[in-house]
Amino acid sequence: MTISRITDIAADPQNAAVVATGLTKRYGGVVALDGLDLSVPTGTVLGLLGPNGAGKTTAVSILTTLIAPDSGSARVAGVDVVAQPQRVRSLIGLSGQYAAVDEHLTATENLVMIGCLYGMRRKEALRRTNDLLERFRLTDSAHRPLKTFSGGMRRRIDLAGALLADPPVLFLDEPTTGLDPRSRGELWDVIRERVGAGTTVVLTTQYLEEADQLADEIVVIDHGRAIARGTSQELKRRIGGEHLDVHLARAEDLARVEAVLREVAIGAIRTETEEALISVPVAKGVEALGTVMAELTAQNVEIVDIGLRRPTLDDVFMELTGQKAQEVAS
Amino acid sequence: MSGMIRDALTIARRNLIRIGRVPEVMVFVVVQPLMFVLLFAYVFGGSIDIPGGNYREFLIAGIFAQTVVFGATFTASGLAEDVQKGLINRFRSLPMSRSAVVAGRTASDVVYNLLSIVIMSLAGFAVGWRIRGSILDAVIGYLLLLFFSYSFSWVMACLGLMVPTPEVVNNATFIVLFPLTFIANTFVPSDNLPGVLRTIAEWNPVSTLTHAVRVRFGNIPEGTPEPTSWPLQNATLYSLGFALLLIVIFAPIATRLYQRTGKR
Repeated sequence: MTISRITDIAADPQNAAVVATGLTKRYGGVVALDGLDLSVPTGTVLGLLGPNGAGKTTAVSILTTLIAPDSGSARVAGVDVVAQPQRVRSLIGLSGQYAAVDEHLTATENLVMIGCLYGMRRKEALRRTNDLLERFRLTDSAHRPLKTFSGGMRRRIDLAGALLADPPVLFLDEPTTGLDPRSRGELWDVIRERVGAGTTVVLTTQYLEEADQLADEIVVIDHGRAIARGTSQELKRRIGGEHLDVHLARAEDLARVEAVLREVAIGAIRTETEEALISVPVAKGVEALGTVMAELTAQNVEIVDIGLRRPTLDDVFMELTGQKAQEVAS
Repeated sequence: MSGMIRDALTIARRNLIRIGRVPEVMVFVVVQPLMFVLLFAYVFGGSIDIPGGNYREFLIAGIFAQTVVFGATFTASGLAEDVQKGLINRFRSLPMSRSAVVAGRTASDVVYNLLSIVIMSLAGFAVGWRIRGSILDAVIGYLLLLFFSYSFSWVMACLGLMVPTPEVVNNATFIVLFPLTFIANTFVPSDNLPGVLRTIAEWNPVSTLTHAVRVRFGNIPEGTPEPTSWPLQNATLYSLGFALLLIVIFAPIATRLYQRTGKR
């Protein structure tokens, strides 16, 4: 098993920009990573999805040389992260919740500093800084301290820091957490543009929509292990069929409706008590819809809305972990 | 090595940019030292007499020494803040020298301290303090203050990289630095202290620093008896040796701590 795995990876590096094998990491008695394997083909986006504490940030920290794994190995752009961390650092860009910018420095000062620390000459760092600020439409704010920036602008500077040296591999740790939808969309555009230019991206996120939008492949992590992997389409297909959502007028009816839905369910039933919402995967959508409608009408249950929809990554997450993504993530 | 110096200068430049932008820095570097000189000069300086001398002039070296020792705590709070804000993680993910962040910080803190000393000297001059020795001795006195503070910055760097939050720095340093700067000859001659305290004061590097600077500035009152303890008799040498020892011990520790520090 171990041998074949090593052979697989040895055959892989030509087209995989990030390869991790059996990564483990413990903090005291707590297992943060429990044998994580990853392989990210060059020029693609891997979405690491999972609740807080699942091991996403630990995985990124190991791949970006911030911490060493207890066991297992990883290569980024063909370079071993444990044996040659300094070389790895020259090939990556890191951005996100745990890699910050200095809020007392201006946008230009921050980025030029980062450029110099990548080993660029000051002039070169300044030229690239100006290019990036222009592309991110921040030229007008270039000489203002970052503490006067909005959250979205700050994140763009953070991302610009990761892009400054044009590294072949980008690690984005929850890049849009806390941003409004418009800022989020803008950041997605920038990321897509880099991927179009051949950059490989490892992205962690709590937002299933973000992974859906950006990732070529998704790995769902829970308790330090990959519990599912595949494209967004594949993961949704795994859930199968369609979802039947029922929105009730009164939350008190939920128990009765749940009993009705159990007859047609092919997976876990999901209830949101506060909003009087109930959702269930079904095999034959239209048939199930008819059955449920008839039964609820017979029982005099007042319905606000009822409908069929394709499964979302939320449903995938629910199915795999038994938890709602938003709840465990918040 | 040249890469390390280049990176350290980049970091130092970043810290220096902050001087004018962060009000806390201004207060700590400029206002607080100024306040100390004026308070001590007028509150104590006017009411305490020392035979054959001018207490105000005697005090100045002590205030300088206390200020640069406390000035070193800036290294700790600055690094602790960088850890908390996630900047250290950013730096650690960059292909830069492993010792440059701490080296740059301790270097820029020398500039902070230099600024404090200039302010205090001007204030001291205004309240009647004078350098009564040679220019060369005065320069040596100033360099000694800066070097001692620099060495102490490395101790503080270790603290800054270990504490859970920047707020802890103030509490932790307060407990150590107040006795260190008060059980000394900073504000009163150590000869008058009772037994054990006197011995502690005589071997306290803050005492030897203060004494060395006082001698270099020519601020020892006429007729003061020569010190009897070895550290005070060799105050410049002892202070210098102590500072070197701190760097030799704490610089490698600080660099090692940096490499395993992350956001907590």
